[in-house]
Amino acid sequence: MAEQKHEKYYVPASSPWPIVGAIGLGLIAFGAGHTVIDMKNEADGWGLNVLLAGIAVILVMLFGWFRDQINESMSGFYSSQLGHSYRQGMAWFIFSEVMFFAAFFGALFYARVIAVEWLGGASNNLMTNEILWPGFEAIWPLTETPGGIRSGEMGWYGLPLYNTIILITSSFTCHFAHVGLEKGNRTQLKVWLGITILLGCIFLYLQGAEYVHAYQELGLTLDSGIYGNTFYMLTGFHGLHVTLGTIMLIVMFLRVLKGHFTPDSHFAFQATSWYWHFVDVVWVCLFIFVYVL
Amino acid sequence: MSTVVGEMDHNDHHHHAPPGITRWLFTTNHKDIGTLYLWFSFIMFLVGGSMAMVIRAELFQPGLQLVEPHFFNQMTTVHGLIMVFGAVMPAFTGLANWMIPMMIGAPDMALPRMNNWSFWILPFAFAILLASLFMEGGGPAFGWTFYAPLSTTYSSDSTALFVFSVHIMGISSIMGAINVIVTIMNMRAPGMTYMKMPLFCWSWFITAFLLIAVMPVLAGAVTMVLTDKYFGTSFFDAAGGGDPVLFQHIFWFFGHPEVYIMILPAFGVVSAIIPAFARKPLFGYASMVYATAAIAGLSFLVWAHHMFTTGMPVFAELFFMYCTMLISVPTGVKVFNWVATMWRGSMTFETPMLFALAFVILFTIGGFSGLMLAITPVDFQYHDTYFVVAHFHYVLVTGAIFSIMAAAYYWLPKWTGHMYDEKLGKLHFWASLISVNVLFFPMHFAGLAGMPRRIPDYSLAFADINQIVSIGGFAFGLSQLIFLWVVIKCIKGGEKAPAKPWDGADGLEWEVPSPAPYHTFDTPPDVYDVPPEAK
Repeated sequence: MAEQKHEKYYVPASSPWPIVGAIGLGLIAFGAGHTVIDMKNEADGWGLNVLLAGIAVILVMLFGWFRDQINESMSGFYSSQLGHSYRQGMAWFIFSEVMFFAAFFGALFYARVIAVEWLGGASNNLMTNEILWPGFEAIWPLTETPGGIRSGEMGWYGLPLYNTIILITSSFTCHFAHVGLEKGNRTQLKVWLGITILLGCIFLYLQGAEYVHAYQELGLTLDSGIYGNTFYMLTGFHGLHVTLGTIMLIVMFLRVLKGHFTPDSHFAFQATSWYWHFVDVVWVCLFIFVYVL
Repeated sequence: MSTVVGEMDHNDHHHHAPPGITRWLFTTNHKDIGTLYLWFSFIMFLVGGSMAMVIRAELFQPGLQLVEPHFFNQMTTVHGLIMVFGAVMPAFTGLANWMIPMMIGAPDMALPRMNNWSFWILPFAFAILLASLFMEGGGPAFGWTFYAPLSTTYSSDSTALFVFSVHIMGISSIMGAINVIVTIMNMRAPGMTYMKMPLFCWSWFITAFLLIAVMPVLAGAVTMVLTDKYFGTSFFDAAGGGDPVLFQHIFWFFGHPEVYIMILPAFGVVSAIIPAFARKPLFGYASMVYATAAIAGLSFLVWAHHMFTTGMPVFAELFFMYCTMLISVPTGVKVFNWVATMWRGSMTFETPMLFALAFVILFTIGGFSGLMLAITPVDFQYHDTYFVVAHFHYVLVTGAIFSIMAAAYYWLPKWTGHMYDEKLGKLHFWASLISVNVLFFPMHFAGLAGMPRRIPDYSLAFADINQIVSIGGFAFGLSQLIFLWVVIKCIKGGEKAPAKPWDGADGLEWEVPSPAPYHTFDTPPDVYDVPPEAK
């Protein structure tokens, strides 16, 4: 083997965090399962406590793991090869997220194009409609289900439109911050990053307001049939991702204030920015398919 | 770029394993993690296998004698879940962990800490799944495919535990898959171009892509089951505008690529072993790569062949029928290439080769019965009978699991530094081969005669056939204990293994001593002259 001919590989030292993370996820799964079961049975159980303990363990794990990671990175342990690995890992992670949303978009398309139409008698399903669901009319948004649950419909004008503008703008501001970082202009970085975080928070606030409006005034709820189901599952999971993205942006902001990241080395910032663009693209698809069409 | 970043203090423990239990808990070593995966999968294989023994014991005679029907349903369900997610997938991930870094000349996986996280999630996930069996109302009893409304309206309370344990299994698989892809894209030694990689790496590269693409879809499916059951949504309920068939579409969009996730790495293993014992390079390396990619691509277009009797427009049934049949073309290319590799080779028949040969023949039988099932009109007869059970056990047991056994025998000398006991290995092979056919072959006839699957009782007409099947089942289960014995014996001692115990074997893993050192390559080896199967 040729000595020193190539850059030496970096293999990180062993670490307790992965097993802590596994324990945390185990507690979350076990606790969440029992919480849901307790809710269904209207029983007071210990499920929620286990779930909260699991979340606490995961937070400790994230904090400790990232701390170690940042310290190692700042001490110059990492090779450029590792930087590539991280970037590719993040890209594939985002691809897996895309596929997660694809499952729910798939459910939405199937419901709109096939399930509701067939219940209304389309294709060769006339008897389904006449015998099983007489009087059911296939319309979208499905304001009255075959079982007779009524709900309102959410228009695209107003809050959803504002939110679309806000999120698209935030993708640009995030990019300006990134450009600032790459040019070594820390002021530009801080200002644009701060604006991005602010826009993310406004988006989440408006999303919350929209939910309140939908629940209290429109009667559009999670359990009001397939329209409400797809609406809340898609916007809800998207909202969770925006929340996570905003937290990541805030962490990046704090790290920027501490003087982390250089024009050549800023994987964490880049990953966060990719993630932010990803939630933005998901929103645009949501706006088109859930609200407008 | 050229600075030597690896010479810092953390490099000290690169050449010896840390002592004690923390070695296994905190490890970042791909070999340790591979070992953990392999042992975990073997334990799960025995757990899932004992559930199969319960099933076969109940089916030994017509009528209900040993277990309640509800418990029988839990056994078929959890047997399937454990074998798919707990035995076959972790075994292949274990092999990937052990072998891919060595095969491409890397020191470790690209993201070693995440690698450890991926593994350690699994024991928790399966502990939760198994614990749910002991809850009031029992564990999951809706079949491993958890069709709605069985899993929503009619399932027991514990379904939420099933859902969350599948979620964390999925997280584990996705992280494992990301690690494999990134390792292969980024950690190949200089000169190890993509088309020089051993086929095992190629098949895992493609498998990892499938995993990242479909495990999130499974997560979506279980999430919808959860909200339908506990939060009042109606994704799979016509009264709310949903459709139970939607569940099947989402599930099988995951499920069909999933079956290739369990067989593509097997193709990789067999493509390594057959050339080694035929002492000839693999026939048609490039066509193997393209065939694997073609199978993976097609796997996204065939899901509804599981649903021919569910109710679909005729156009859709025909589309899925033709796409499914198309898959036999690249699969046929592979079988042809394995046979052509053996043509005029100097063959010897050590245990790995025996398992690999059995794989080629028996997997092909499973492939042919798959082709029969793909024909829509006749599938109306076969659907949900023991014919289907026979089909997927031929591809999963004599396919995937035989390849895992072959891989274990092939690489045990590299892992342990000792040769395994060839006599015991052969005994294991012949016992498994005979019993597995006694177990699964008669199921074809039972199915064609109309015996339905997943039912604890059956018509008297099937009594003889089920007795034979059950005897085969018990024998196959017991035969696997021989394997456990062989492995333990091999770890404890035995004839010292040379760096390359198989003279026809090729690839970087045979250039390092046996057992492979704790960290294989500190700096990348040059690979300009080692085109493994591409010579």
